[in-house]
Amino acid sequence: MDWNTIASALFPRGHDITERDLFLSGTAQVGETRVAVVGTTGHAPIGVEIALAQARFILQTVREHPGRPILILVDTVGQRLRHRDEMLGINSYMAHLGKCVELARRQGHPVLGLVYDQALSGGFITSGLMADACYALPDSTIRVMGLPAMARITKVPEERLTELAASNPVFAPGPENYLRMGGVREIWQGELGAQLEAALAELAPVDERAALGLARGGRKFAQPVIEAIMAGRDVLAS
Amino acid sequence: MSSYLELSARERLAQLFDAGSFTEFLPPKARVISPHLAQLDAPVAFDDGVAVGRACLDGRTVFAAAQEGGFMGGAVGEVHGAKLVGLLRRAIAERAAGVVLLLESGGVRLHEANAGLVAVSEVMRAVLDARNAGVPVIALIGGANGCFGGMGIVARCTNAVIMSEEARLGMSGPEVIETASGVEEFDSRDRALVWRTTGGKHRYLLGDCQELVADKVADFRAAAIATLDRLQVQETALSLAALEAEQDMLARRLDRFGTLEEPMQIWAALGIAEPRSLPLLEAGPFVEQVAAHRIGAN
Repeated sequence: MDWNTIASALFPRGHDITERDLFLSGTAQVGETRVAVVGTTGHAPIGVEIALAQARFILQTVREHPGRPILILVDTVGQRLRHRDEMLGINSYMAHLGKCVELARRQGHPVLGLVYDQALSGGFITSGLMADACYALPDSTIRVMGLPAMARITKVPEERLTELAASNPVFAPGPENYLRMGGVREIWQGELGAQLEAALAELAPVDERAALGLARGGRKFAQPVIEAIMAGRDVLAS
Repeated sequence: MSSYLELSARERLAQLFDAGSFTEFLPPKARVISPHLAQLDAPVAFDDGVAVGRACLDGRTVFAAAQEGGFMGGAVGEVHGAKLVGLLRRAIAERAAGVVLLLESGGVRLHEANAGLVAVSEVMRAVLDARNAGVPVIALIGGANGCFGGMGIVARCTNAVIMSEEARLGMSGPEVIETASGVEEFDSRDRALVWRTTGGKHRYLLGDCQELVADKVADFRAAAIATLDRLQVQETALSLAALEAEQDMLARRLDRFGTLEEPMQIWAALGIAEPRSLPLLEAGPFVEQVAAHRIGAN
């Protein structure tokens, strides 16, 4: 999916987003509001450089434009799988990015994520999943890893996984499953610009994904377990 | 003296905190298990691989969690993650003196992959919520499975990381990289290389870990107490100034070491005269020898 096409649909009033080595950054006009836009394209593998570039842009926005909303455009195949990135401590670079997103939210910046193409594992949890709310386009792909790799590691035959994937949202890829689990707030269709404008107006300051997952039937245990621990109950009320 | 590495999660909790002080939330008798494992004919555990509860550390009331590496490598699924989130939120509600996370995990549990991924991001936010509420969070890493994937990220969202020499911390394990990019990229059977790349000493030198200890429960305990003491008088919340300092630190690391290929080249670049001697040193003498060269504790 070409990011330019998505950007034109999201920002009919214009934007100045640029791409550099699969890294996207810039600003855009949404209604009367100027929005900071950061993200990746081309199914970017997230290595230390791109994680740091995203963090730098977010810190700069916090420093120079207090309160400006931030939209994170997600298209990544996950963390870069290289010895060098591990040697340099890629987990620290990713954690740093996640902390910068958290700081922005704490300082009053509404933060939205939008999975417009692919979202895999490590690249996703420190970007879109750290936002106040994450949205997805219907044709996007969201997953931890492909079923063949999962079959190798879990030692469950791929045919069995494919069969289960049809009915169980827990390990089947796709935005609908993340919607059911509360990880994705809504799947956007139709007028993207209007959806974005509406989403910016209704952000939740607390993490309510476990409650959403329960309400939508995709994660029935997370919220009851959290509540049982909070209440000091030993037995689940569900 | 007990080897931290060889103990189970529950033995670590029993020996690390004040004797008899650990009270578990949702203990095994509550039988709260993962709802997703049975359909894959995978084994279940009645604590879902993590024990959480309240304990005393040198007289202070803290909240604690210990991941059991012996059950699915300490991997995070729906229930496992929710137990960590519940613990962190309760620590905020009860204004605990701190949260101590005994991490040992390969990351997201693939058997319930999507739920695990969302859960890890919930744990990240819960850790940062606790810090923001003035509750310091510290991570102890010293188990045989290391701390990888999403939990490797969670570890670096805490206020401080304490590792043993034998511990490993990273994102993708060597087997995953070898499978994806070939043995020339990362030979997972080269144990010395694996250790140089993700081990406690390297993380300590880079500044990703604040304390390096020997593989003894008593040493972890002493370091946890000292760290908690230090954090009582420091700002625990995220701040723009602290994150800008971290941004500079990580950018400098990339500038200085980004073209190097071997951890030992990094150690030499840090000014260590005989990098080849580092793997052989015990934790104490190692910390003494590298004090002037390691990248500043944050």
